[in-house]
Amino acid sequence: MNEKVRFLQGNEACVEGALYAGLRFFAGYPITPSTELAEGLARRLPPIAGRFIQMEDEIGSLCAVLGASLTGLKAMTATSGPGFSLMQEAIGYGVMAEIPCVIVNVQRGGPSTGQPTHVSQGDVQQARWGTHGDHAIVAFTASNVKDVFRMTVEAFNVSESFRTPVILLLDEVVGHMRERLRIPEEGELPVVERLLTQVPQTVDFHPYLPREDGRLPMAHFGGHHRHNVTGLAHNIWGFPADDPASVDRLMHHLVGKIDNRAMEFAHWVDHQADDAEILLISYGASARSALDVVRRFRERGDRVGLLELQTLWPFPAALVRERCAQARRVAVVEMNMGQICREVQRVAQDPDRVYLVNQVDGRLVGPDTINQALRMIQGRGF
Amino acid sequence: MATLDYVRRRFLPHIWCPGCGHGTLMATLVRAIEELAIPKDQIVMASGIGCSSRIVGYLDLHTLHTLHGRALAFATGVKMAKPDLHVIVPMGDGDALAIGGNHFIHACARNIDLTAIIMNNQTYGMTGGQVSPMTGHGERATTMPYGNLGQALDVVAVARAAGATYVARSTVYHAPQLKKLLMKAIQHRGFSVVEVLTQCPTYYGRLNQRGDAVEMMTWFKEHAVPVGSDARKDDPARFEVGEFVNVERPEYCASYDEIVTRLKPREDEHA
Repeated sequence: MNEKVRFLQGNEACVEGALYAGLRFFAGYPITPSTELAEGLARRLPPIAGRFIQMEDEIGSLCAVLGASLTGLKAMTATSGPGFSLMQEAIGYGVMAEIPCVIVNVQRGGPSTGQPTHVSQGDVQQARWGTHGDHAIVAFTASNVKDVFRMTVEAFNVSESFRTPVILLLDEVVGHMRERLRIPEEGELPVVERLLTQVPQTVDFHPYLPREDGRLPMAHFGGHHRHNVTGLAHNIWGFPADDPASVDRLMHHLVGKIDNRAMEFAHWVDHQADDAEILLISYGASARSALDVVRRFRERGDRVGLLELQTLWPFPAALVRERCAQARRVAVVEMNMGQICREVQRVAQDPDRVYLVNQVDGRLVGPDTINQALRMIQGRGF
Repeated sequence: MATLDYVRRRFLPHIWCPGCGHGTLMATLVRAIEELAIPKDQIVMASGIGCSSRIVGYLDLHTLHTLHGRALAFATGVKMAKPDLHVIVPMGDGDALAIGGNHFIHACARNIDLTAIIMNNQTYGMTGGQVSPMTGHGERATTMPYGNLGQALDVVAVARAAGATYVARSTVYHAPQLKKLLMKAIQHRGFSVVEVLTQCPTYYGRLNQRGDAVEMMTWFKEHAVPVGSDARKDDPARFEVGEFVNVERPEYCASYDEIVTRLKPREDEHA
């Protein structure tokens, strides 16, 4: 038997994906339902000379991750709703100071302490707008163990390529369910290393001067280019600057480097979506139920399809607009009060044909619930 | 290397008010580093938010100006990732002990090899003179206009109780002593804390009728007594300066590296 085939939880697959991507630093704080990530990496990192630390809270966890990343290590933290709230300030710091890092949020019911052991997708808009100030962010998700592995690797690749925090939004169901996973061989999936400056020691290095493609080569702490890193508005030296020209350049760079690449960062799966009269749009655990519904309807000859989103931010507006235009009706299936439905209605040409199919009681939205909603949308009653 | 070689002259003048004590601390800290002859590439200086924390921008080191209260958490990540680097963490009193109090206690308890410098001016200077954890009972602040209801936190006692393995206090008046204590703190293998009293004539001094910078420094001179001195019995305003704690305990990163070494697969296992 191939030893690389394993039966893993989503959270464990995230650990494997992170290690495959080259993770060498993890800081975290225990919180349900994400704790398996910390426990897994506490065991796995020391034998490969990686660093693991349990911090005093989630604030400290993300701060430690950012500090470690500046020395050149690929770094990650993992949490759930309440911890994600505490991390928002440091997420903004990572955006502003352009520090690569991955933040995993295994979503549970909220608000507040909410339902620690139950599933939810309630943090989708928090991932987008949780930290203060105008900014752009990248957030991925996954609906099965194999994709958790793949999207974890992709989260590191985007983070390292574009010097930005990347959020991986899992949920309690995907985090805790077990599926077969074949760990890819080395080289099978691309693993991106961050861009390092080639500027010689004797020449001034500008850590915040973007190249034409928007990427910024880094110089690590401990190397010979000493520079300043700050959360204040700054100039190309990384020194605090509040002159309008510097601030304007910085703001457009920070937002543009992400939002101008929305389709480059877009990952999705079409499940018989090309000819669908009724298009379901879903992601994470709820996409599994939506897929089951697609199969049921197709067996009866109804043209129902599913667009499964794996990139939530930047929102793949062009993709969603195009798919919605092909369908007569669109139903967004999610476990919140319509956080992605709102985005779909925003980009669809006819928002009145976009319906929300949701469940927010702590249980996984099941095929029967979706089935019933679709019958109403079709005008067939219950 | 000359003292000015440690300064990013490109980014001067600094933002501190005339008479502020922070510049004296910066100059003393640079002289301590210079005397220890630590290469600039091997020093990371991480600070938080406030007047004190702007020190990092002016120094030609690897510098990290973090979030309010979070300097020690960022520094912990840096140190864990690259234990060979010297990591020095200058913070203000509110920064280190109000918003950053939790990180401070746990950095002490871990005994991770960081050098925490608490620039204690007994107020929030950047925001204009609000009450800080180090403001004394009855003293004035813009948010304690009728006198502080609380008591000044004794950072030396907190650091000792939490497990810091090097704890010292000095003032910007006592610059030669301060330099020696900073040198010992940087060399100490473990978590070290140096509290430095520094004057804020603009806010704390003005609100409490402490006079100008010279008068405030003179007050430091007249009220500082050596650690263990009986002179404090005569005048409760007197405070001890010098070394309070200097002990050896396992350092966090060193303990981690022992585990890494123990777990490393031995070459001969595959033979």
